[in-house]
Amino acid sequence: MRGFAMWQPDRAAALIAAHAGQDGALLPVLHAIQAEFGCIPDPAVPMVADALNLTRADVHGVISFYHDFREVPAGRHVVKLCRAEACQAMGGDALAAHAEAACGVALGHTTADGRLTLEAIYCLGLCATAPSALVDGEVVGRLTITKLDRVLEALP
Amino acid sequence: MSLTLYVPRDAGALAVGAEAVAAALLQAASRRGLAITLVRTGSRGLYWLEPMVEVATPGGRIAYGPVDPADAEALLEAALAGGGAHRLRLGAPEQIPFLKRQTRLTFARCGITDPLSLDDYRAHGGYLGLQRALSLGTAATIEEVVESGLRGRGGAGFPTGIKWRTVAAAEGARKYIVCNADEGDSGTFSDRMVMEGDPFVLIEGMTIAAFAVGADKGYVYLRSEYPHAIATLNDAIALARAEGLLGSDVAGGRFAFDIEVRVGAGAYVCGEETALLDSLEGKRGQVRAKPPLPAHKGLFGQPTVINNVISLASVPVILADGAASYRDIGMGRSRGTMPIQLAGNIRHGGLFEAGFGVTLGELVDDIGGGTASGRPVRAVQVGGPLGAYFPRALFDTPFDYEAFAARDGLIGHGGVVVFDDTVDMARQARFAMAFCGIESCGKCTPCRIGSVRGVEVIDRIIRGEDRPAQLALLEDLCNTMKFGSLCALGGFTPYPVMSALRHFPEDFGAAPPARVAAE
Repeated sequence: MRGFAMWQPDRAAALIAAHAGQDGALLPVLHAIQAEFGCIPDPAVPMVADALNLTRADVHGVISFYHDFREVPAGRHVVKLCRAEACQAMGGDALAAHAEAACGVALGHTTADGRLTLEAIYCLGLCATAPSALVDGEVVGRLTITKLDRVLEALP
Repeated sequence: MSLTLYVPRDAGALAVGAEAVAAALLQAASRRGLAITLVRTGSRGLYWLEPMVEVATPGGRIAYGPVDPADAEALLEAALAGGGAHRLRLGAPEQIPFLKRQTRLTFARCGITDPLSLDDYRAHGGYLGLQRALSLGTAATIEEVVESGLRGRGGAGFPTGIKWRTVAAAEGARKYIVCNADEGDSGTFSDRMVMEGDPFVLIEGMTIAAFAVGADKGYVYLRSEYPHAIATLNDAIALARAEGLLGSDVAGGRFAFDIEVRVGAGAYVCGEETALLDSLEGKRGQVRAKPPLPAHKGLFGQPTVINNVISLASVPVILADGAASYRDIGMGRSRGTMPIQLAGNIRHGGLFEAGFGVTLGELVDDIGGGTASGRPVRAVQVGGPLGAYFPRALFDTPFDYEAFAARDGLIGHGGVVVFDDTVDMARQARFAMAFCGIESCGKCTPCRIGSVRGVEVIDRIIRGEDRPAQLALLEDLCNTMKFGSLCALGGFTPYPVMSALRHFPEDFGAAPPARVAAE
């Protein structure tokens, strides 16, 4: 998994400037910032608000509305386990319970050492090869407890 | 002799190892000093056979699957023998019953062509629809779409052509085509398959829409959960632009139209069209009250066509073959084909495009082959997380907007999720309320508060606290949500909840149904 940059106001300003000119720019701007820094750092909020002529509350409201935007970076690895119905039908509940035990952390949380974030995701569109997950951006289907253990062990 | 092999690059195939299979085939070929052409296609949609590898032979393609990287050597041997024997040999893909029984119109090319080859696209009928639209003119193009009977494939089922007519007639400084690619319903993946496997058909469909209504800008609002679709569609748009199929001079300068992909941020409610428009504008994805309709005041307050991926991707074949050939398929007011997605605990899961009218029982038992677990089918959820759970007793319901509505269900975006007899329907009802709570945009009270109260009430029912009163309360709450919510999230969450309660009362500690409905 690629590392993220440390907070640099100049870099953030450049990213904002690169995306601010388009119509409805806020989501593209926030995506660009998160892709660079791994989250939307607090000091980025007033910068974004200023550039897009919004209030800080507007920007905070958008960041907190969408599940994807993080206010703190995720762990070095991110495991997103699908918890929607098609995956439930294929043993998703047991798989989620196993994942929580194996990772030592509940869904929606990051391990204390910052190694791994385990999250629920609602549908990857891999519903005919359920249950499925997105592991550091790679899609994995037909998961079993054994296969999930193998995937988790293979993480560097 | 040169050998051509096809391996899907569809996310569903990649999730079960297609990339490793492709790499193993290339390695096996290089060990033999053999030059092979490896074409990465979309998926045919026969997911239980993925990764499925196809070999070009003089008599057509021969398929093998599901292939493991360890099979590469032997598979190459079979390929060299002209599609010869191998324990995974499936024969001609078109003859596999699951595919043979389909009517592939929208998915005519998916799994066959290289999704990023415009030459391939054109060689398989691509851009004939736009060509015919240009010769018909704008008004006649819209009437073709009206005549075809195409209804919104996202779930609402509103006639696509009527939307276009409204936008064409609306006054506005600028008009937009917005493609709703926020395919969040569990059990659905047809939008993803098209965007990954045949993205030019979506681009062509949007271009026809733009020509017809006079729009010069298109957005595809694509969910972040689909990284492969985002990458493929962006590549396809760049290729189309490079060939002048998008940009300031489309069709020899007859009009200007360009498309931009906007990535969502993990909010299910943005699949609701007005929440999607707010999200595109850079706001919280909150639902707007209607009227005004998006056709009158949509994106940035301008007249906007907002259609689902499959609706737009069905337009090119309608234009190319004529409205009548599409309208003649189907039943009742549901015309044409529907890409039905068989998912969950099902033996033969995948994409099944067929004319409306096929029954739920045919889909699940016959085409789908029953459950993957081999246990009896107990419940089927049709239409995503807001769709009703159907028991076996309702398996005679034909796939048709009105027939499902008549049985308190909906076809939605065409997802069919199968559960075996280990399912606990009270838990599924609880999940429906919990999911509504997680994804509620918060704008209206019945959805925002009702979903939370719904979870609490169902928890009390599960614990056996004062059941008769709690069951009455749940029904009352569902009515409030159904009639009081602003959009389908709060308004339709009662469908899975009430259907679970009605058809499987024994899971809620009530008496089982005395007599099976519908029989």
